[in-house]
Amino acid sequence: MIRFTKVESLMVPLVCDNINTDAIIPSKEIRTVSKNGLADGLFAGWRYLDSDRTPDPSFVLNQRLYAGAEILGGGENFGCGSSREQAVWALAEYGFRVIIAPSFNSIFRRNCIRNGILPVQLDPGPVIAVPGPVTVDLEQRSVTASDGRQWSFAIEEEAATMLTLGLDEIEFTLKSRDKIDAFRDADRAERPWAYL
Amino acid sequence: MPKTLFEKIWNRHAIDGDDQASLLLIDRILLHERTGGVALKSLAETGREIATPSHVFVTMDHVVDTLPGRTDDTLMPTGRDFITTTRREALAAGLTIFDIDDPRQGIVHVISPEQGIVLPGLTLVCPDSHTCSQGALGALAWGIGSTEAEHALATGSLRVNRPATMRITVHGALRQGTTAKDLALHIIRRLGSSGAKGSAVEFAGSAVDDLEVEGRMTLCNMAAELAAFTAVIAPDQKTIAFLQDRPFAPKGEAWEMAMRHWQDLRSDPDAEFDTEYAFDACEVVPMVTWGTSPDQAVPLVGAVPDVLAATGDEAEARTRDYMNVMPGAAVSDLSITAAFIGSCTNSRLSDLRRAASVLKGRRIASHVRAICVPGSGQVKAAAESEGIDKLFRDAGFEWREPGCSMCFFAGGESFAADDRVISSTNRNFERRQGPGTRTHLASPETVAASAVLGRIGGVADLPPLQRETDA
Repeated sequence: MIRFTKVESLMVPLVCDNINTDAIIPSKEIRTVSKNGLADGLFAGWRYLDSDRTPDPSFVLNQRLYAGAEILGGGENFGCGSSREQAVWALAEYGFRVIIAPSFNSIFRRNCIRNGILPVQLDPGPVIAVPGPVTVDLEQRSVTASDGRQWSFAIEEEAATMLTLGLDEIEFTLKSRDKIDAFRDADRAERPWAYL
Repeated sequence: MPKTLFEKIWNRHAIDGDDQASLLLIDRILLHERTGGVALKSLAETGREIATPSHVFVTMDHVVDTLPGRTDDTLMPTGRDFITTTRREALAAGLTIFDIDDPRQGIVHVISPEQGIVLPGLTLVCPDSHTCSQGALGALAWGIGSTEAEHALATGSLRVNRPATMRITVHGALRQGTTAKDLALHIIRRLGSSGAKGSAVEFAGSAVDDLEVEGRMTLCNMAAELAAFTAVIAPDQKTIAFLQDRPFAPKGEAWEMAMRHWQDLRSDPDAEFDTEYAFDACEVVPMVTWGTSPDQAVPLVGAVPDVLAATGDEAEARTRDYMNVMPGAAVSDLSITAAFIGSCTNSRLSDLRRAASVLKGRRIASHVRAICVPGSGQVKAAAESEGIDKLFRDAGFEWREPGCSMCFFAGGESFAADDRVISSTNRNFERRQGPGTRTHLASPETVAASAVLGRIGGVADLPPLQRETDA
């Protein structure tokens, strides 16, 4: 996983509440048992006018200004709906590294952290109001607009570490395997009915 | 210190951690071919083993066809890949699999309670957002991503941020003709689709106690549409009676021991929740959604809102445009072209019984295509032994094989672009059931009644059946 430190980019404004994972990656765009090959299906229902995939010029992602943008600004409850991690894989493959939204769905947020996307819980409105690129600094927990205005955000230490180090969480947890095994053994003695 | 039901289950499973987050022991992992196969495949590619294979269960529900005579080939162009990959990896890992030809196969959140896989007091995860349905049995059950599923499989544990707690108490009793689905839509309408943002919700109160276990599953299922972390209901005698003698439930002495453990699985009288809401069940009436978010719900006798919300005018206009509804229009004036009964929300035997009782002696309107998809092979078999399938078929419904089916459009079969569907499912998102398809969520009996009426309507709107007179 790519290590996350700092991102400087324009922010794509998609500030609409309850953007769900069906919209981010429609089910029919999930064609293979793979974490790759999903970027083309990102926001497919909004991005394309027809089945030939003619870009809808009115959709923000199709505006030339935002080509290569790495920051997405969203509304409340971003990523609600289906747990499909393909939504995050598609966003990451497309090139997004940061999503700024007032609130996130909890499964979606956890999926972001495990795939190198930084979820910044912050109202993107005032940031979008300032033209020009935005800088998101994970270590400083800050979002800075081109005119120097700055907003701070919070993220739990563990998630920040995982993003900064591009950590494989399984590897990390398996270091505590003895502890988990001991816990399970003790639990099995107390709750034998829970074991198959 | 008094504790909530959620805290009791959480604390018992906390291997490590602090007030903010814990590494939790995971008792059961459920997988389906849509999001589970990719987790199994990825795990195998990294050469990692599954910590406790006997605690992992796999089913085919999401992309498998629901037409009779189905095979691994699906109407969805690449569905076969999901099915065969999941099967191959599950078998290689020695997991219990409910495959297409298995009479126990079905929707993951239907078969887990049915098989006694979920039990009170367990932690259970599945890469599926409606895993919260299973909290109805008193388990801590929540939806995760595929990467988290890999972690749970490899380590038997998950690192979880401790959610806030919320209690939703429903006083009084539901009126005749109103169901758990109506209650859920009533609550979601009031609290909004992010109303329980990341919280562990406990449903309580006399109206919840009065619900049968299957109705409780419907209620907990819809907590996903409140953006809850999960939902849970304290186990009681109904829960115990429901689970006793199920195939994977404990037996004999283990069962007795489990029942003793479950006695403490309730929130202590003075336990504090971060948020509390109270509802009066008497105020709940049959509900239906008019928009593209589950909180856009109104009573069946109501109308599409004509006053725009202070914010999001543009979004509401877009919603009305997609749904082709006029502000202020009565929802009962909306003509439907399709009806669907199924999904992890409302496809259990009691759901089908209630819908069938509405359909008995009636025919669906000639312009309506109606489909019923039982939630599992066991639900289907039980329904057929009661003659329920015949009531559905005689009324003009298709009667299908178990699966998620047309709850969502995966690229295969779908409703048509201009179809207006009354559906017993959980999501009315744009394009959820097909490109351009408009979805209205409601209870199974409202779906059945609407199918007969050819428009959105309830059981109360149906003309009385003509009495068969003696010649």
